Amino acid sequence: MEPGEIHALLGENGAGKSTLMNVLYGLYQPDEGEILVDGRPLKLKGPSDAIAAGIGMVHQHFMLVPVFTVAENIMLGAEQVRGGIAGLLDRRRARREVAEVSERYNLRVDPDAVIEDLPVGIQQRVEIVKALTRDVDLLILDEPTAVLTPQETEELLAVMRSLKAAGKSIVFITHKLGEVKAIADRITVIRRGRTVGTASPEASRDELAALMVGRSVRLTVDKTPAKPGRPVLEVAGLVVDDDRQVRAVDGVDLTVHAGEVLGVAGVQGNGQTELIEAIMGLRPLLAGTVTLDGQPVHGWSTKKVLRAGVGYVPEDRSVDGLVKEFSVAENLVLDIYDQPPFGAGLALKPDEIARSAKERIEQFDVRTSSAEAPVGTLSGGNQQKVIVARELSRPLKLFIAAQPTRGVDVGSIEFIHSRVVRERDIGTAVMVVSSELDEVIGLADRIAVMYRGRIIGVVGPDTPREEIGLLMAGITPDATGASGTPGGAPAPDGAAPAPEVPGSEDKA
Amino acid sequence: MTNPDPQPGSPDKEPATEAQAAQTALGNTERAETATTPKQPGDGGRPSLGRLFLDNLWAANTFTVTLLSLVLAMIVGAVLIIVSDPDVLATYSYITARPSDAINSSWTLVSEAYANLFKGAVFDPEAFSGWLNGSNGWEAVLAPISETLTYTAPLVFTGLSVALAFRGGLFNIGAQGQATIGVILAALAGFLLPLPPGLHLLVAVLAGALGGAIWGFIPGILKAKAGAHEVINTIMLNYIATYFLTWLIVQNGIQDPNRTDAISRPVDASAQLPRLLGDNLRVHAGILLAVLATWAVAWLLNRSTLGFELRAVGANPDAARTAGISVTRTYVLIMVFAGILAGLGGSNMVLGSTASALTPLVVAQIGFDGILVALLGRVKPWGVALAALLFGALQAGGNRMQSYSGISLELVTVLQALIVIFIAAPALVKAIFQLRAARAARLQTSLAKGW
Repeated sequence: MEPGEIHALLGENGAGKSTLMNVLYGLYQPDEGEILVDGRPLKLKGPSDAIAAGIGMVHQHFMLVPVFTVAENIMLGAEQVRGGIAGLLDRRRARREVAEVSERYNLRVDPDAVIEDLPVGIQQRVEIVKALTRDVDLLILDEPTAVLTPQETEELLAVMRSLKAAGKSIVFITHKLGEVKAIADRITVIRRGRTVGTASPEASRDELAALMVGRSVRLTVDKTPAKPGRPVLEVAGLVVDDDRQVRAVDGVDLTVHAGEVLGVAGVQGNGQTELIEAIMGLRPLLAGTVTLDGQPVHGWSTKKVLRAGVGYVPEDRSVDGLVKEFSVAENLVLDIYDQPPFGAGLALKPDEIARSAKERIEQFDVRTSSAEAPVGTLSGGNQQKVIVARELSRPLKLFIAAQPTRGVDVGSIEFIHSRVVRERDIGTAVMVVSSELDEVIGLADRIAVMYRGRIIGVVGPDTPREEIGLLMAGITPDATGASGTPGGAPAPDGAAPAPEVPGSEDKA
Repeated sequence: MTNPDPQPGSPDKEPATEAQAAQTALGNTERAETATTPKQPGDGGRPSLGRLFLDNLWAANTFTVTLLSLVLAMIVGAVLIIVSDPDVLATYSYITARPSDAINSSWTLVSEAYANLFKGAVFDPEAFSGWLNGSNGWEAVLAPISETLTYTAPLVFTGLSVALAFRGGLFNIGAQGQATIGVILAALAGFLLPLPPGLHLLVAVLAGALGGAIWGFIPGILKAKAGAHEVINTIMLNYIATYFLTWLIVQNGIQDPNRTDAISRPVDASAQLPRLLGDNLRVHAGILLAVLATWAVAWLLNRSTLGFELRAVGANPDAARTAGISVTRTYVLIMVFAGILAGLGGSNMVLGSTASALTPLVVAQIGFDGILVALLGRVKPWGVALAALLFGALQAGGNRMQSYSGISLELVTVLQALIVIFIAAPALVKAIFQLRAARAARLQTSLAKGW
């Protein structure tokens, strides 16, 4: 890092960007290697060391006390006291400091405003001011634009420019190409915990996208060409909000045919999660229709949707997919425990559950000490196999798998993929949602790319990955020229300020 | 706390049959160890304090730990006994001159007190020899057991009520209020409805269950529909129930016409639970109902689809919802069932032999004691039954200790509290520390995750 430089750290989800920065900020201890500041190695035992060394960080999730005022939040952790030990908080001084910093860097904030009343963009500004009052030279911004509207993003970029002019260095973590090109002086691309390249902002989007999504290992899936049949799932004009009541799915139309795999690609948080949850009856839809085999299923309970012949592998297995305290056998019947032969009336049939568990464990190659072992003791891959086994062990019309191989070892990935293809071949409509582009390309017969709550394009599996990567970044082939607007995420549709990454904070 | 503490995997198979149950309940020690599986690191779970507390309780509360807690509680109780007796305390003023005085008198006092506790709760050798040489009847021999079981029965119900809710992820502080409404409806049915014997009893017991069900339904539906926290609502409903009872007793048609104090008309004989061992012993059919209820709850939890839903919701509501289980419906059902159980416990208090009319204190503390019983019993049905038996024995023995050794009955309450503290405190402390560690870890992972 040079003084007065904006250095962008670019990478996909889970590439290790945030981890690296947390090491810099002293939250994590490095296992190996060292950090040099002004040529001297630096040992950071915690954030206070980092602040002392002139490193400040603005987290993705703001670290502000919502009921405190701006000034109170800024002095938090460095309270100024008047009148000795039992003294009073020096609010006046805190206010003055806020005013000073605001003035110097042209960051308008009202010191007396209460945080919870402020819009997200201003809260972020408070975080920046907070870091600046600690006299930092290097400011780390972790996905700062993730929660901002395009207008707020514009303002943030302006703030970053003025900080740069004042000689501060900024590390800017993001996966959005447009912002990087607009503001960065230097770009480092990280993938799977390694630096895969350094680029200048003049590099084309294609180059950056290729660096970002490219994979050294490419998994191929053996399959015959699809024989698509009748449409099974039809989604029309679907509109869904996320947990924060922000529009997440904004008018999606989709059709999945029997005997084909529709892959849904896209950067995490572009509405894929909400789309599936709406189809499954887990999330209310604000508009649009979902039909299964010609029958409208929107407004149905999750149980009814599952009973209608839909299999569902949720994207976060430890939260939504499994009850960790339950045994493997119990998890294998988690959504069919009350159906014959496992349940009759009010009674469960433990013998049937155990017998079927043995079969499934055998069929799906689940490595477990016994069917009675708590599922939480299994490895990630085997946990995932338990879910896949559960969902594929009843007759299905539609099989929806979200991130089916996230955090799963290579062997299990191949197994799960082959099962997905086998399900397709017996005529089930399959929808695979994944942020792993290779997975989508390998499995899908058609690929729908989601961006900002919309299907931005549907392409064949032979489409070059770079083109899909561009679509994932929101750039349609015909709009490539126009979207080069400096500063900020290109919004081809301009009108819909759908958030970039809604509702995926802890799921990523 | 830094190393990954073993966490019970709690596959928690409840014993299938009653016979197995007794065996397993005694074998808690071994089971707890086998059930303990190493915690998966970085599993991203979000433990609540209640959840962690429960896990630690399961891990820590083995049979030996319970026994040790009992011993520790009795040692602390012994100190209290000595301190509260002025004569014995006086001997300590010259303990350096004649330590034997202090030691002897303390020993006599404490040993007699605990001997009376035992004699009042389990077995009195003097009554036994009296029966052998004919100076008293067989009833005197069985009297301690009879007393113990009489106090045990309602605690089983309230303990099960709290335990069932706990398993479903809800903290039912409201067993007291549910029992209070239960006692009111049971008593009203008992003295207002002119019904033939047998039917009258059945109706009165069911009325008690209904009362509890209503009082459980309210916080349940509030939780399900409005997200109102059940702890706060059940506490508030406890107050409402208590003061409603106080008001109701002195109303016309309710109050005993021959009395001026706050007492209701007595429950008709036809609505009273039959005594099991003749009129001289207080033990009544409530204890049989309690055993039946324990079995029913054990079956419900482990052998029924409803119990499956309940446990799934309690362990991971998100996964339960994704698997098509209606979490809100389950919450309501849990609270209704918890209310039914507590209401049955309330019925015991007025249809059994402890009282036959409503008074402001007719429910005693069975609802709050039920929380302790549930924790002591590791929120498992048969464990709860055993814990209730222990508390019942302490209560019965405490009565004798009070009349024979002159030691206040409150000491028993102190003992009960101490036992639970000794058992629960390590679990609580561990839970809090683990939570803190988990929180720190979560903070870091959420920082590290990113997009």
